[in-house]
Amino acid sequence: MPIRVNNPGLLTTIQDAGRHGYSHLGISSCGAADSLAYRIANLILGNEENAAALEMTLLGATLEFEDAAVVAVTGADCDCRLNGKVTPMWQAIEVAPGEVLACAGMKTGARAYLAAQGGFAVTPVLGSASTDRAGHFGGYRGRKLLKGDLLRIRQQRAAKSRRARRLQTNPLDTLYPPSPIRVTRGTQQDLFGREAFEKFFSRAYVVSDDSDRSGLRLKGEAIRPLSASQFITDGIPLGAIQVPPDGQPIILFVDQQTTGGYLKIANVIAADMHRIGQLRPRDSVRFAEVTMAEALESVRQQEEWLKTILRS
Amino acid sequence: MISLFRALLELRDARIRNLHPAYASLLIDFDPRKSSHEKLAGLVEKLARQRRPERARAPSVVTIPVCYDTEFGLDLLDVAKSANLSPEEIIRQHSSATYLVCFLGFSPGFAYLSGLPAALRLPRLDTPRKNVKAGTVAIAGSQAAVYPVDSAGGWRLLGRTPVRMFDPEVTPPARLVPGDAVKFVPIDRAEFDATFDKLSNTTPGAKSETTPEAMERP
Repeated sequence: MPIRVNNPGLLTTIQDAGRHGYSHLGISSCGAADSLAYRIANLILGNEENAAALEMTLLGATLEFEDAAVVAVTGADCDCRLNGKVTPMWQAIEVAPGEVLACAGMKTGARAYLAAQGGFAVTPVLGSASTDRAGHFGGYRGRKLLKGDLLRIRQQRAAKSRRARRLQTNPLDTLYPPSPIRVTRGTQQDLFGREAFEKFFSRAYVVSDDSDRSGLRLKGEAIRPLSASQFITDGIPLGAIQVPPDGQPIILFVDQQTTGGYLKIANVIAADMHRIGQLRPRDSVRFAEVTMAEALESVRQQEEWLKTILRS
Repeated sequence: MISLFRALLELRDARIRNLHPAYASLLIDFDPRKSSHEKLAGLVEKLARQRRPERARAPSVVTIPVCYDTEFGLDLLDVAKSANLSPEEIIRQHSSATYLVCFLGFSPGFAYLSGLPAALRLPRLDTPRKNVKAGTVAIAGSQAAVYPVDSAGGWRLLGRTPVRMFDPEVTPPARLVPGDAVKFVPIDRAEFDATFDKLSNTTPGAKSETTPEAMERP
């Protein structure tokens, strides 16, 4: 019955749309880092949009299926092979009993999602299947997958009603444009001067090796606030860009702490948040400012686009 | 701020994903697919105007037993030296104050407590420890806290509680919530061990990992 993890890859965890509603208890939302690639994997399979899936990081996992299954791999470009034969991403893959699906290193992007028709079966904790590695709970035993772990797929009560569908077009250009990451100015923008914003919006920053799901540390020209005054700790929204005393920005991400004391210069907009999940160490990143109205319009358009991507 | 936070929490409004209260602010994280700043601002203003007197709900006082054994309180002797007080006096002062839960953050269930006696106020450690055990009672600056899960930490460690401060399998998962009052009560090592063993054997979520049985059966 189970799916055996023959090779867990670099960092593979079970994630879903996130664990919301517990930030005031210090519990981070977690959830898929590239929320759109994750959603599309489930859409392709006809799953619930928030069905639990595997998030693989930089180097994919190798899974051995005891039973037949229908799966899909989306997100970062990785070499997927079913019993050694190359199999395409972004579409349903029919796996026969005993077959092995191997996802190799990712050539561009940082994270790929492996969803299974019906969803991976884990007991939700605090309303979510997402792995919380800081709290050691959720997902598969509150941790990343290890060799020999046994996964199960949720049995489909109405399997017949789930139908895998094909995408209309290649979604990559829409999902991952080469344009700068769009941000709005943060609530503490008054604490930064014109010069700081000019620098921030004109320079390229490099993602440091010391980056993970809780935050991406950037290296580049230092940003300074107007005065070096300490700021009182406050809440941190997803995608906040903090500037610690060394002036090197940090993008706070899905596993972030819920409160913090560094100044925030800007915030990644919701419609571009998934792109942060595909940044790799040493990638170069630029930021462009949009208004709050543009940010909200972008997320609305993105939702409309998601409704049109499946072939009828 | 606390009363606005509680009012919003009680609403269980599906548009609001998360609330992040802090010392002097409340961050409201809403789903931009379901609402807008204007609509949320209207809701917040309405609730703020209602300003329920603070209030029928007196702050609940949570008592937390602490064993100040130096096996747990790795920094107790250093703190005593720096404060120019005896370890017994550090324990007496730490356990006689009443603290207020300002907000939670840092790690699941980590409550920032204000009200640390002035004599105990010392800066954080220069180098944070890589692994501080769940239940460790610590101080830093004017704050006190209990580390709820195993994590890194740069605060000064005074002791440990046998009580589980964070358990995702109970409701609410965190023992402390913003607005609670907190007292620390000294216990000896024998009582710590007895309580710790009892809780470890009876609390369903007392394991650091979800058990294999928790994997749903098909």
